[in-house]
Amino acid sequence: MLKPAPYAMPIEKALFYGGWIFTALVLLFLIAPILAIVPLSFNAEPYFTYPMPGLSLRWYEDFFGNERWTGALFLSIKLAITVTIVSTALGTMAALGLSRAHLPARSVILGILLLPMIVPVIVVAVAVFMSFGYFGLIGTFTGLALAHTALATPFVVIAVTSTLTNFDWSLQRAAQGLGAAPVTVFRRVILPLILPGVISGALFAFVTSFDEVVVALFLSSAEQRTLPKQMFSGIREMISPTITAAATVQVILSICLLIGVELLRRRSERLRGIT
Amino acid sequence: MTETVATAPGLPWQFAAAERRGHLRAAVLILPLLLFVVVTFAAPVIYLLSRAIYDPSVAQTLPTTLQALQNWDGKDLPDEATYAALVADFKKVAETNSAALVGKRLNYEISGVRSKVIAAANKATEMTAPPYKDQLIALDKMWGDRLIWAKIKQAGRSYTDFYLLRSLDLERNVDNNIVPVAKSQAVYINVLLRTFYISALVTLITLALAYPVAFMLAHAPERLANLLLIFILVPFWTSLLVRTTAWFVLLQDNGPVNNLIQFLHLSDGPFKLIFSRFGTVTAMVHIQLPFTLLPIYGVMKGISPSYMRAARSLGGGPLYSFFRVYLPLTLPGIGAGCLLTFILCLGYYITPALVGGASDQMVSGVIASAMNQENNWGKASALSLILLFATFVLFFIYNRIVGIDKVKLG
Repeated sequence: MLKPAPYAMPIEKALFYGGWIFTALVLLFLIAPILAIVPLSFNAEPYFTYPMPGLSLRWYEDFFGNERWTGALFLSIKLAITVTIVSTALGTMAALGLSRAHLPARSVILGILLLPMIVPVIVVAVAVFMSFGYFGLIGTFTGLALAHTALATPFVVIAVTSTLTNFDWSLQRAAQGLGAAPVTVFRRVILPLILPGVISGALFAFVTSFDEVVVALFLSSAEQRTLPKQMFSGIREMISPTITAAATVQVILSICLLIGVELLRRRSERLRGIT
Repeated sequence: MTETVATAPGLPWQFAAAERRGHLRAAVLILPLLLFVVVTFAAPVIYLLSRAIYDPSVAQTLPTTLQALQNWDGKDLPDEATYAALVADFKKVAETNSAALVGKRLNYEISGVRSKVIAAANKATEMTAPPYKDQLIALDKMWGDRLIWAKIKQAGRSYTDFYLLRSLDLERNVDNNIVPVAKSQAVYINVLLRTFYISALVTLITLALAYPVAFMLAHAPERLANLLLIFILVPFWTSLLVRTTAWFVLLQDNGPVNNLIQFLHLSDGPFKLIFSRFGTVTAMVHIQLPFTLLPIYGVMKGISPSYMRAARSLGGGPLYSFFRVYLPLTLPGIGAGCLLTFILCLGYYITPALVGGASDQMVSGVIASAMNQENNWGKASALSLILLFATFVLFFIYNRIVGIDKVKLG
């Protein structure tokens, strides 16, 4: 429908073309800020100004060469991988349990499991800061990993649960009837079918931890810098132009993840025969 | 066949047993995560909320004073025995920082008393003989005012409504009645109203931008719509901090947006874009737009075009058909998108902190500074309680009309 309907009145034609102009402007508003930061990361001068006097890779050199940034990147990756493994395992198990028909109190349990997604993140940060202190978890990797895992699990539960809707449980019974042990049934029958959901849940968990800044600000020690925390202080304290390079790297990473999730979603729909 | 069933009297029981085993297996699968979330998440949040109404610092430090104050009528100054009890309590906690904690707590109620309480506690160790009443009043005439004693008595209750009242700009006066606080201290209602106002404003702007775009995309050819959706999904997947960083860079006084304004000769001097309400709202609209747009788009995709055709062929004009037929059909999407955006906006912290004005913070920012700058856990907890309450009420509504497990992940 790139042309107005044949019976359209003049006012409709005007609205139609006006609508496309409006759409173009809004999409520009959405994408432009993210794209505008990319060229600035190649600016030779430490200013956020167009036109740029010259090009250089100095901010990327700083990002990949300065221990402050590389250490932060490394810590964030390590943290996100830990969180991904733990939350994917816990979340997948819970989603399998929740998928059982006629489970008593299902909605209450689901409500509790999804709480970390609902509670405003500042409340989470203050809460873990107040209570983790009693267990010596402030400023530790374990403390950060526990808090991030709690924040990430709801996304795994949702992603896996959505692949389990319309799941054909007779496949499980068939495997059992043919003599497979429960572990084999899970590994050879259920897991391959829900794998797209598990992986996309894992990607969400990774992103949740990798992008999380508020809990990290409260819970981590001065030397413990995650990448978002380093970016936050890069903006707040020194306005280092390296933030443009860091932002560009993260934009590229999120585009890769978006492509990954989209491919998985299509594969999942194909596997379940939706399309 | 009938015989086997007839000779198996336990069949219903076997069914029930199998059902129970199934439930048990499900429970075993769910339990690890449930325990994890309760221990690492729910318990800390409940502890935080308890701090909003529980503060034992005065009760623990001044037990005998509070006992002596129990029979005090509150009209005149307390008797000599009460002053003696206070001195005794202060002597007991000498060498610790308990008196400083009492001073800090009372300072929330009467500003400037912290140092006076600490001074009195230090002096108390040197006081050996009565009359303590005269000695304390001689030290500072504050001790000769019944206000401080009324406040000690109020703060002596471990379960206190002080922090919650303060979050609503109320306090208990010297006679223990709830009254509004002085105008100069009344800031929190403003913070809460500002939070709601900014959230509502952002929600309305995202709706105004999202609705036409969702409409055009939902009625465009499939391939074009999928291509254009990338423009919405890439920002959606980019982290909040990165997008806030982008706006932080763009809105600088010498940043690209001001470059553009001057290039187009719209204005001579640079506009003050960053560290203002404008900065906060612009960045928040940018971040929340996909959250409002995607549910509306999803609903519009499901509306059969024959409804509009029917309305038109029955003689409805384009606008009439739109408002009477199409718009009502999209209301569920509007409700879901707007409610989600509004709820998420209430909790914004990073964006107002980085691109907003220092005096224009939302409630999350005030909670953060209560923790980081003032170290006032009671205040942070009380404001968290209010924020959480508002969030829960709205999510309850959201759950009713959308279903929380149907939150779109992208």
